[in-house]
Amino acid sequence: MFKIVRKREWAPIIKEIEVEAPEIARKAKPGQFVIVRVDEKGERIPLTIVDYDESKGTVTLIFQEVGTSTKKLGRLNEGDYIADVVGPLGNPTEIRKYGTVVCIGGGVGIGAIYPVARALKECGNYVISIIGARTSSLLILEDKVKSVSDELYITTDDGSKGRKGFTTDVLKELISKGRRIDLVYAVGPTIMMKVVADITRPYGIKTTVSLNPIMVDGSGMCGACRVRIGGEIKFACVDGPEFDAHLVDFNELLARLRMYREEEKLSLEIYERRVKPSEA
Amino acid sequence: MKRKVIRKAVPIRKISLDERRTTFKEVVVGYREEEAIAEAKRCLQCPDHPCVKACPLHIDIPGFIRLIAEGKFDEAVVKIKEKNEFPAITGRVCPQELLCQEACTLSKIGDPVSIGKLERFIGDYEIKRGLKPPEVKVKSGKKVAVVGSGPAGLMVAVELAKRGHKVTIFEALHKPGGVLTYGVPNFRLPKDVVEAYVEYVKGLGVEIKVDSVIGRLYTIDELLEKYDAVFIGTGAGTPKFLGIPGENLNGIYSANEFLIRVNLMKANEFPDYDTPIKVGKRVAVIGGGNVAMDAARVALRLGAKEVFVVYRRTEAEMPARREEIENAKEEGVKFIFLAQPVEFIGDENGWVKKVKCVKMRLGEPDESGRRRPIPIPGSELLIDVDTVVIAIGARVNPLIQRTCPSLKVRRNGTIVTDEHGRTSIERVYAAGDVVTGAATVIEALAAGREVAETIHRDLTKGH
Repeated sequence: MFKIVRKREWAPIIKEIEVEAPEIARKAKPGQFVIVRVDEKGERIPLTIVDYDESKGTVTLIFQEVGTSTKKLGRLNEGDYIADVVGPLGNPTEIRKYGTVVCIGGGVGIGAIYPVARALKECGNYVISIIGARTSSLLILEDKVKSVSDELYITTDDGSKGRKGFTTDVLKELISKGRRIDLVYAVGPTIMMKVVADITRPYGIKTTVSLNPIMVDGSGMCGACRVRIGGEIKFACVDGPEFDAHLVDFNELLARLRMYREEEKLSLEIYERRVKPSEA
Repeated sequence: MKRKVIRKAVPIRKISLDERRTTFKEVVVGYREEEAIAEAKRCLQCPDHPCVKACPLHIDIPGFIRLIAEGKFDEAVVKIKEKNEFPAITGRVCPQELLCQEACTLSKIGDPVSIGKLERFIGDYEIKRGLKPPEVKVKSGKKVAVVGSGPAGLMVAVELAKRGHKVTIFEALHKPGGVLTYGVPNFRLPKDVVEAYVEYVKGLGVEIKVDSVIGRLYTIDELLEKYDAVFIGTGAGTPKFLGIPGENLNGIYSANEFLIRVNLMKANEFPDYDTPIKVGKRVAVIGGGNVAMDAARVALRLGAKEVFVVYRRTEAEMPARREEIENAKEEGVKFIFLAQPVEFIGDENGWVKKVKCVKMRLGEPDESGRRRPIPIPGSELLIDVDTVVIAIGARVNPLIQRTCPSLKVRRNGTIVTDEHGRTSIERVYAAGDVVTGAATVIEALAAGREVAETIHRDLTKGH
């Protein structure tokens, strides 16, 4: 059992939790994730490690409530326990001096780029961060990302904060201005990562994305998270989650993410019916 | 005294076909006491006991069977446990027909003694009576880390704990038992049997740390700093795929994923449990082993109308246990032999719709001794499906090997050991599927018991 020691609500559907997990905290590195099972009947779902504090023995997770599992997790409060937190999983990001790095975070993907941007900055890179959300109230970690970036660009789909448009618009602009970019690191909705890959491909800019396929065990046992990279099957949990964006078969990944859409909907309906009366 | 030879074994009973097709209840009902005694009395008590020689654990089979025949069940428990701590597991999943029962003298003139069923009877008897971990009197002061809580790990943990060593098991999943928990379905091995043994292991003072992925949470080198010895028993849990077009279409599962979703995550109880599983009307299971039989039978229980096992050789070459093939057939699983998938064809939304196979014929025997399947050029077979389960075997998980470069491994990832289970790193041992590649529970148990001896000897050297 893993205790939630701190909870922050960024928006009604975006929550941050700090979880007591000292063994994971001492080992976690930027780019890694944990598998969370909220309770005895819960699914195993992957969540990126946003931050970790070895001295406090905690890891921080940020998630958007989209289905039953994340909604269940979102209902837990400080002092509550999560049944299982497994990690750190996946390969850490390769942190070294590249030169100028553009870190792009979309939605809760901002949580995933923050520790990477911080490590890249500490390593002497010039860090340009582009973060975006649907609307200003869903924008997370602005101050933290700002503190580790040399330049920060903000976009919202509706223009309620920063530039109106997408993170990828800013990337296009930076490239068209002739800015030298040695690495693009992007995490966000799969479709955003696909667009990022399409933008940088013709310029040959090294681009890394952290993929978010459906997972079960997270340790290489089931193959649910298999993705096609340069024509080869890879398991995102043990071979990734980061891959060369230009080699990823995004269309296949997008299709695979829809595999349980009907079941997810049904599960959520039943869950919401179950919890609603107690809230009224 | 001259014994009367009884050629027919006491028949086993199974639950009704209706229940089998709709529930995950155990199919085979264990012997009642009088049945067990009657079956035990068939044993000829041959002086050269060929069954013992054929048993990887060298259980004193005539010994425990004689005790059953005499109604001395408690003594039979003690007799089995001299060699095997987990009779209720091996009695169910061990391929006795290829081992002890094949060697049984009676098999030459009739049915062999149902050694497996008798072993299970004693195992179940002990569990019902309550497993009592022996008190460990002398503590060695030595600490051992066991990686993986499957058959090999559990056996090593028990044997070392009984000898007074402090054992900690690290398990990657949230439940211990390894393949016994995530792999073998409840209808073949009820989960309460596995849980009873896990509690027994804990009762011996063994600590089981779940949610602990070694290679990530701790490396082998880190474990060596805290423990006097490290045993790696991580098995062969990484699924193989066919490497053919369309394999990532929706609706295609590895057998591991399919079985993990049900056995570990209880997707069969979705939406009460949160983990879903998709099973359409027509399911193809690719492969011919026990895992393929398990997957096919799970698919039926999840509501599939038709389940086809697609195998590239014929029934005679199937590696699955005869008993499980029969069970699958009884439940309505169909078989398509001499067919090898070459492509999965999907619809516009990325869902599998057809399996395209090439037909095969059997050629000369290959290195496994089975006749090699050879594609028939120009042949083609299309099978309409909604769901596919790929059950063509598993390889070892690469995590530990990748994060422990000094550990000597073969090209296929299996760990190299000497004949006593010592790896290339001092104080690090390995046994089970991670050394041999995918094999059987009984072989992992036998190897685990042997390497436990080695570890004990090495730990107590010079004392």
